[in-house]
Amino acid sequence: MLKTRIIPCLDVKDGRVVKGINFVDLVDAGDPVQQARYYSENGADEICFLDITASIEKRNTILSVVKKTAEEVFIPLTVGGGITSVENIRNLLKAGADKVSINTAAINNPNIVKKSAEHFGSQCIVVAVDVKKIGNQWLVHSHGGTVNREIEALSWLEKLQNLGAGEILLTSMDRDGTKSGFDLEILSKANKVLSIPIIASGGAGTKDHFFEGVSIGGASALLAASVFHFNEISIKEVKNFLLTKKINVRV
Amino acid sequence: MTKQITIVDYGLGNILSAQQSFIKVIKDNNIDANITISNNPEIIKKSSHVVLPGQGAFETCIKGLSNIPGMIDELYKFAVLKKNPFLGICVGMQLLALDSEENGKHKGLGWIEGHIKKLPTQNLKMPHMGWNTVKLKNNLNSHIQPKETDYYFVHSYYFKCLNEKNILAETVYGINFTSIVVKENIYGVQFHPEKSSLQGLEIIRQFAEL
Repeated sequence: MLKTRIIPCLDVKDGRVVKGINFVDLVDAGDPVQQARYYSENGADEICFLDITASIEKRNTILSVVKKTAEEVFIPLTVGGGITSVENIRNLLKAGADKVSINTAAINNPNIVKKSAEHFGSQCIVVAVDVKKIGNQWLVHSHGGTVNREIEALSWLEKLQNLGAGEILLTSMDRDGTKSGFDLEILSKANKVLSIPIIASGGAGTKDHFFEGVSIGGASALLAASVFHFNEISIKEVKNFLLTKKINVRV
Repeated sequence: MTKQITIVDYGLGNILSAQQSFIKVIKDNNIDANITISNNPEIIKKSSHVVLPGQGAFETCIKGLSNIPGMIDELYKFAVLKKNPFLGICVGMQLLALDSEENGKHKGLGWIEGHIKKLPTQNLKMPHMGWNTVKLKNNLNSHIQPKETDYYFVHSYYFKCLNEKNILAETVYGINFTSIVVKENIYGVQFHPEKSSLQGLEIIRQFAEL
């Protein structure tokens, strides 16, 4: 049976982890490689780095982070944040990323999804979609959820699938950071229109939330950050809970 | 004698991951080996082990390989005639088949009898992406004995073996499909051992020690 994936997401700035594990004595808690290795040894099915480096001069720091991680961590690695061109994608894949996650660039120029899927294969192209519910529909936002792009989410998702996206990372900006659970409504709607896998993100706070993300939301994978970083729940606890609920996970 | 393990570089795929995994394995297990990435048939000739990775479309991969003058001939001599250890990964495994129906009909290397076919969707998400169970079959005579557990897959097409005895392992996703093929010294894995944690590295170790 195919397993539901659990993915911890680490924020990396100027080559250092700024939002990551906060509860174990890593020799250097700012080291992305140590954090990625910790998670890979403790049940993570994939690792996600979100590069939040702001300054253009330091943008290449993520490449050496990816390279060092690929030398030591042998589970899939997705890297997102700040990708604007096919060249950026090529460099990340060459450095050892298995997948890249594109967000704003896909909205500004949907052709980047098509071009990169053709060049590198759909399997490594994840498109991150940040949505907010406004009235009775979900609208796509960019720039970390701050700019409303006035695009209806479900039609956007279908378009991304047609362009060749291999996977969708769907984040509810309404739920992100609230620990009130994934937005199950948009997840299940997205699940109905998409035949590619969906990674649910935004709102995980309890083990039940993870269960609902799969059982109601229909997600193929569940991504979370702070609940794992602060050890409020461990990945193993989530997985053991999902197993009792008859959801297949890798243990 | 020092082993010469060559990973074939034909301009496609995340070769770095495969390379890193081999480096890690030979270091951790004190295997006397050099890991080389090469697109040179002369290097294949001097190798003791060859790894054929592959990502993306079948057609792009087989074209990438045939565009290197002499490469397919040299690989054939290496694996089929001289029977040296050979490992195909993902599309690199699919290339071993007679042909593929991905985006039209394309000829493969034809070393192991079978066809590459599309996985039936049956309301399942495509690609088949993530960790799934590998169950052994016909493994009595195989020199590689993978652990029966989960490995990381990403694919939408599968290897339909014509000869039952070439099936070393199977996996279920809608249908029961072949996840490892074997023919004497030639191995092909549909999943990514280089991305499948310790159990994946273990397959790489067993291959490197052949």
